[in-house]
Amino acid sequence: MTYLYAAYVATWAIHITYLGTLLRRYARLRNEIAEFKGRIAEKN
Amino acid sequence: MKRVFPILAVLTGVLLSYALYEALVVAPTEQTMGDVQRIFYYHVPSAWTAFILFFINFFASISYLIWRTTKADIVALVTAEVGVVFCTVVLVTGPIWARPVWGIWWTWDLRLTLTLVLWLIYVSYLVLRRFSSSGQTPLLAAVLAVFGALDVPLVYFSIWFFRTQHPQPVIGGGGSIDPRMLHVLLINWLAFSCFAALVCWSRYRLEVLRRKVDETLALEALLEPRSSQTRTSRTGTAG
Repeated sequence: MTYLYAAYVATWAIHITYLGTLLRRYARLRNEIAEFKGRIAEKN
Repeated sequence: MKRVFPILAVLTGVLLSYALYEALVVAPTEQTMGDVQRIFYYHVPSAWTAFILFFINFFASISYLIWRTTKADIVALVTAEVGVVFCTVVLVTGPIWARPVWGIWWTWDLRLTLTLVLWLIYVSYLVLRRFSSSGQTPLLAAVLAVFGALDVPLVYFSIWFFRTQHPQPVIGGGGSIDPRMLHVLLINWLAFSCFAALVCWSRYRLEVLRRKVDETLALEALLEPRSSQTRTSRTGTAG
């Protein structure tokens, strides 16, 4: 049973880690957009 | 579209939970291996999903080589990335299953080695896309993907044509499967396919947004020196 649970936990750990990297990339992109909007607002 | 995504995400979550319940509780226990055989319900659907994603990557790469559309390039990138994630699951769950059944974590058997080579090809594809700044990167990546996809049928058919440590295919090959196990296997495959489709969709949207931001920032960088130059020259003329 240990091997079975290890395999299932490993599967979800891999998927959750990947989803985490997607969320981090999305957050970074949102920051870049916010900074860009700030620069535009400053110019105007 | 913004409303459809959360609904599909919830449905996929429900389907994945139901598939997990089927795999752990409903599926009959295999006589020789016991409960550890239930790894099969995650290992095999992950492999099938990875193969499908690599095939989509192959067709998107061919499409990019012919028509050079951004959409095809993004689809190729997204399917390769998600395909590598599923292939990683296969390469991790395989040895965890092999240890109690074969007594070893890994053997340099044809099926296992070709799967590792497949993973390495697509990891190198992603590394190329991540670190190459040349304008030719999508073209080079598409060519690599076309050659990389040739490994997919080799991995799949290696157990048909060669004697390997890996068991025979349960569908269409020399192996056989209990209909109840097949039912659970297909439910898990459906659940993982829906999950993969959702992740691909999110990654596609992220990539489209990423490229738009990059284009806008590049335009800003191009216009910025010109506008300051114009300001300087105007000041110079006035002086």
